[in-house]
Amino acid sequence: MDLIVCMKRVPDSAAKIKVAADGKSIEQAGVDHVISPYDEIALERAIQIKEEQGGTVTVMCLGTSDATKEIRQALAMGADKAVLIKDGGGSRGPLGIARALADAIKERPHDAVLFGRQSIDADNSAVGVIVARLLDLPCATLVTKLDMADGKANVHRESEGGTEVIEVALPAVFTAQRGLAEPRYPAIKGIMMAKKKPIEELDAPEPAGTLSLDALTPPADRTGGRIVGEGPEAVGELVRLLRQEAKVL
Amino acid sequence: MAAVLAFIESHDGKLKKSAGEVMGQAQRLAGSLGGGVDAVIVGAGVAGLADDVAALGADRVFVADSDAFGTFTIDGFTPAVMLAVTASTPKLVLLAASVSGKDLAPAVAAASSSAILTDVTEIEAADGKVSVVKPVYAGKALAKVSATSDTVVATIRPNVFEPIAPEAGKSATVETLDVGTPDIRTVIKEVLAKASEKLDLTEADVIVAGGRGLKDPANWHLIEELAESVGGVVGASRAVVDAGWRPHEEQVGQTGKTVSPKLYIAVGISGAIQHLAGMRTSKCIVAVNTDPEAPIFTVADFGIVGDALEVCPVLTEELKKLRS
Repeated sequence: MDLIVCMKRVPDSAAKIKVAADGKSIEQAGVDHVISPYDEIALERAIQIKEEQGGTVTVMCLGTSDATKEIRQALAMGADKAVLIKDGGGSRGPLGIARALADAIKERPHDAVLFGRQSIDADNSAVGVIVARLLDLPCATLVTKLDMADGKANVHRESEGGTEVIEVALPAVFTAQRGLAEPRYPAIKGIMMAKKKPIEELDAPEPAGTLSLDALTPPADRTGGRIVGEGPEAVGELVRLLRQEAKVL
Repeated sequence: MAAVLAFIESHDGKLKKSAGEVMGQAQRLAGSLGGGVDAVIVGAGVAGLADDVAALGADRVFVADSDAFGTFTIDGFTPAVMLAVTASTPKLVLLAASVSGKDLAPAVAAASSSAILTDVTEIEAADGKVSVVKPVYAGKALAKVSATSDTVVATIRPNVFEPIAPEAGKSATVETLDVGTPDIRTVIKEVLAKASEKLDLTEADVIVAGGRGLKDPANWHLIEELAESVGGVVGASRAVVDAGWRPHEEQVGQTGKTVSPKLYIAVGISGAIQHLAGMRTSKCIVAVNTDPEAPIFTVADFGIVGDALEVCPVLTEELKKLRS
């Protein structure tokens, strides 16, 4: 099985996000970066499948050379090689991101392409589906179980009605939901080996410029902090406030 | 040519609440985009809902009715919606950022080479161009983004926009889409653990979420009973999901679901940054926690300092009284 996992470098979910002075980006100081958590789940499952049945796992990342640290992390977990598609900047949007990835995926063997269900910075939940469409591959999103055999994948995915059990012929695109796999911590041996694994660099195509980011602002402050009282005795007053003041009951 | 094409969702033979939210924004924006509003509805046995869609103010309603559409699939729904896009040639295709909408919108954007704007909480049109406010970093920041392309696909966050009320007597031209037999490559073998009639968290009006303060998974029934008493859906903190008390689909927060219900009741949740990011846009937040310094109180409209195990049953009883 030749598997490609697309990953993004993002601020850690525990990071405080502050808008920078330019009003269009975030303060980088004190912000740790990680492989976007859902991408990491996809990567873990891909590595497990490779370990079970052989093949290769290639991680693919659109970003700047800053992402090299997160790519090495992916290689230390067990990916075999990496492709860094160097983004020269500019506003790309999900369609532009997907085009850059699809161009690179097309040129490489892929029995399946895995994504996280969304990145935890842009929160679009769109790139995986678009890549599938651009490559004319079937796509299952929010995948919580993924097995591959005999040119087919058996999938569990989260849907509105419950868990759908799906069969799909490979190659196909999958986006990972929590529950699919628990990402491993790289072992020392993996970290040593990762240093020797190849990172191929490509230049991203010029962004088509379908979106422009005009401003980034902090969310409106909530004026919270009103303590109604202590213990069960406060419930009566709480219910009165919810009815008469907030009018939500 | 229509200015806006609205994708209408239905469930169990009725339009979903999001239909009113999407149509409300479609009508508000259509004028600035120089045209009217068309709508498209896709499903099994949905032809009879065309009048309900007309009552929300569509000029034309495109209907794709086939047994193949009994369950949402990207492969089934995308070509059906694209037929409507081709007939309608809208500047903007508008959908709800529901579970299906999040799958369908990017596929339609790719198929029509349109810019895509997702899960927006504000949307405006001026001089034929669409601009939005979209939460990023799970709501830790808001991005103001404008589309520079000719056509745009956008999804609106459920529960944020006021739904438009249907007006009986409004009529629309109904056009049936000839969908043929769609080639659905993702074959659904079965659906497990059908979550009864429960709404997805992202579409719920009321959410009751529990955390570590419940002390033991055996106490989780307190959260379920409280949710029941107020007609709400159950959510969970990352801590209890990681501990294996609750399934991940109940998790609220940056690595779970981002929600904005009318009422969010957080019980025994201290309020980690990533949790607050996922629920801070709720209209009214209630917090119950033993620690008066817990960060959850900084975003709560009303707080009770107390033990979840003591407060929860009393609150459940009081709310039940209101309903009876």
